[in-house]
Amino acid sequence: MAHNENSTQGVARTVVVDLVVALLIFSLGALVAFDSVRLGASWGSDGPQAGYFPFYIGFLICACSAVVAVQSLARLRTDRRVFVSGGQFRQVLVILLPSAVYVFGVWLIGIYVSSALFIALFMKFAGRYSWLRSASVGLAVSGAAFVLFEIWFTIPLPKGPVEQLLGY
Amino acid sequence: MEEINALIHGFSVALTPYNLMLMFVGITLGVIIGVLPGLGGANGVAILLPLTFSMSPTSAIIMLSCIYWGALFGGAITSILFNIPGEPWSVATTFDGYPMAQQGHAGEALTGAFTSSFVGALVAVLMFTFLAPLVAGFALQFGPPEFFSVYLLTFCSFVGTGKGNPFKIVAAMMLGFAMAAVGIDIVTGQLRLTFGFTELLSGFHFLVAVIGLFGIGEILLSMEEGLSFSGHSARINPKIVLQTWAKLPRYWATSIRSCIIGCWMGIIPGGATPASFMSYGVARKMSRNGDKFGTGQLEGVVAPETAAHAAGTSALLPMITLGIPGSPTAAVLLGGLMIWGLQPGPLLFIEQKDFVWGLIASMYLGNIAGLIVVLTAVPLFAAILRVPFPIIAPVIVVICAIGAFTVKNNMLDVWMMVVFGVVGYAFRKLDYPLAPMVLALVLGDSAESSFRQSMLMSQGDLRIFFQNWLVGSLTGLAIIALFWPLISGGIARLRGAATGAARG
Repeated sequence: MAHNENSTQGVARTVVVDLVVALLIFSLGALVAFDSVRLGASWGSDGPQAGYFPFYIGFLICACSAVVAVQSLARLRTDRRVFVSGGQFRQVLVILLPSAVYVFGVWLIGIYVSSALFIALFMKFAGRYSWLRSASVGLAVSGAAFVLFEIWFTIPLPKGPVEQLLGY
Repeated sequence: MEEINALIHGFSVALTPYNLMLMFVGITLGVIIGVLPGLGGANGVAILLPLTFSMSPTSAIIMLSCIYWGALFGGAITSILFNIPGEPWSVATTFDGYPMAQQGHAGEALTGAFTSSFVGALVAVLMFTFLAPLVAGFALQFGPPEFFSVYLLTFCSFVGTGKGNPFKIVAAMMLGFAMAAVGIDIVTGQLRLTFGFTELLSGFHFLVAVIGLFGIGEILLSMEEGLSFSGHSARINPKIVLQTWAKLPRYWATSIRSCIIGCWMGIIPGGATPASFMSYGVARKMSRNGDKFGTGQLEGVVAPETAAHAAGTSALLPMITLGIPGSPTAAVLLGGLMIWGLQPGPLLFIEQKDFVWGLIASMYLGNIAGLIVVLTAVPLFAAILRVPFPIIAPVIVVICAIGAFTVKNNMLDVWMMVVFGVVGYAFRKLDYPLAPMVLALVLGDSAESSFRQSMLMSQGDLRIFFQNWLVGSLTGLAIIALFWPLISGGIARLRGAATGAARG
């Protein structure tokens, strides 16, 4: 997305984001159509080929997103609505970036430890709670998930060295 | 009456202590899901789906459908007490519900909302009981062209009933179809749209998409507001309940209209959200107190709640009888049926009598259980809403991650969930609808195979979709639905021209 200007008022105008997203969708549609043509989008000896149906899907994606792009181009100068303000965008990043780090942590050290850390650190730094409260909520949620999934329902979730140490 | 016997048998299936316990657990979980931001009916059921794999299909569907009823009830609590619609279908409930709470009538508003939800659901279940076997029997004669035209009608209705830009609706829907096509083509065995990535072999799982689009997307959107909850407290005591119940029969006409709107919008895939708005609008036009709507009229709570619940319930009718869900949550339930090895569709009524009638019986019981739970435990659920957002937000992200992982025990899905979350956030802000995208992702493969089979039957001649009155009228309806924005615009312009000419 085009968030190049960093003012306090607006990170991007809605109409610009609309245009960029429409172009992204258009390229996805083109990708679908091209891959369908590669597979064969016509009538084979035994009936419709594998790309027959997806080709039209790709075509429709391209056609509709092209219309949306043209519509937003027409409003490009006049429409001054703001997609997201600087403050709002910062709020969104406050949860989005830690969540991405958390998912990386799940992959690295298992879900239980990273969940406890994620909740505790988020509460401490985004919510300004005391260490004691943050840590206890994190541990409680993680512990509850452990009992529910590993013990009651025996559904295995990603585990890391700490769980191994505890014998799971 | 064959249905009555079958229903009594269904009650004997559903009324075991274990299933009753699951019902109450499901309703409670559902209300909690409905109350929390970022968890809704669709992704709540999606996250909890893996927990039911060890149960019998009947018990599992009872629990999952009760979660759904609970979420429908729960949406009203946040709307009335906090002016925050917990679910999209309860937006219209805030119009009169929140003013009532501000004036100190929160208990009355909540009782009215719950009771009319219950009435709406009950009417829809009654309709379901008698209509579903008929529809299923009718659908037994369907061949691939008929099924494809029903799919076509389903998707065209989104364009016809949708409020937004029709091109965005179609684009979102087609993206769903494209995602459904990723992976191995079932007919030819060729790899489609994988571009050499082995991770894409099995395609995108719609549960992951639902959890990301609705769950993470909603959290991102809520964070934007900075969310500081400030709500009214509510006490419901038996006296308020009885007083409100004494008032409700006055609104019988509104109730009936709302039930009809709800049932109709639920069967065609409009869903609960437009049903609630439409019902509120109609009630405001038809009511004697119409001009007072928005200032805290009980009738303004009754209308949207009745319709939303009726629509939510009847959305299960096409799901069970045709295998075509009417709402994202119904789509998730359909996914569940497939995982348990049950093929939804007309044959279900013949081959899985215990399951179908157990489910229908549980709809009656689940809604009674729901009414009891919500009327008695409102303060508890309102307390959950007061948990500050910095605690709720990471906990919900954790729950979503667990849900996404358990779908296929695949770490890539958790990453996909985050990506879908960003997509969901952007799409919501740009008015790309998520529901048709999810339904297309779920139904893509079935729609494609019915299309290909029809094409094989006719050797590529599209006229097969008009070959007899049945398939022809379905296709015709679909085309009318697709062009409905143009048609209604044309009618309005003609009328405008007529009145303009009369004046001039």
